[in-house]
Amino acid sequence: MNRTYELMFIVRPDMVEEELDKLISTLESQVTSSGGAVKSVERMGKRRLAYTVRRFHDGMYILLTAEGSGALIHELERRLRVTEPVIKFLTVRVDEEQKRLDKIKQIRESRKKKAPPAPAETSADAGGEAAPVTA
Amino acid sequence: MAEETRSTFSSSGERGGDRPPSRGPRPAGGPGGGREGGRKYFRRKKVCKFCVEKIEAINYKDVRLLAQFVAESGKIVPRRLTGVCTPHQRRLSTAIKQARNIALLPFAGRAS
Repeated sequence: MNRTYELMFIVRPDMVEEELDKLISTLESQVTSSGGAVKSVERMGKRRLAYTVRRFHDGMYILLTAEGSGALIHELERRLRVTEPVIKFLTVRVDEEQKRLDKIKQIRESRKKKAPPAPAETSADAGGEAAPVTA
Repeated sequence: MAEETRSTFSSSGERGGDRPPSRGPRPAGGPGGGREGGRKYFRRKKVCKFCVEKIEAINYKDVRLLAQFVAESGKIVPRRLTGVCTPHQRRLSTAIKQARNIALLPFAGRAS
């Protein structure tokens, strides 16, 4: 049960700060009560929407990163669907992507460590190595 | 369709090229003699921006990066115009579709 999800949702722009805080804390408590963990909550502020959603042209974007199971997300989404001020949401699973990025980072670091001295030779090698990879 | 099969057979390390440069009597040149009269033949060997800058994560949230690959009408630009390599084009496409869903990018801008 260590899936990491990013849940981005848009709240109507004419919402009060306290209500927004209440909503976020409700979601957070939902996450923790279902045995998950909230990694971060980021308020991305008011933005102009690319198209009108429910007759709104702007919206407040909030990004919630949480760890948990699929059932947790199911419950969160159900809640968001019912909540009136939330006009749109999108959940993305990020743990697989994160694994891939970490692997790439590791490979790059191990490559760098393999030949730290003689930078001239290593740059030539890296150039020679990189060319067939990209081509 | 036929061109694509030919290019897979003649895999001479041409990463981004859809068609091999010189086949038959046509001289190896740039946009001089296009295949079907198209001008965008092999103009200045475009490189994949993501491969060059080593950007691995294409997030749906960075709209400025994604907007470079979206036309004015909101359509996703094909990779033969942008020079993006296939795996990155796939990820880019998914990211653009996610961004469209969350109203960061339009589905259809000023419809051309």
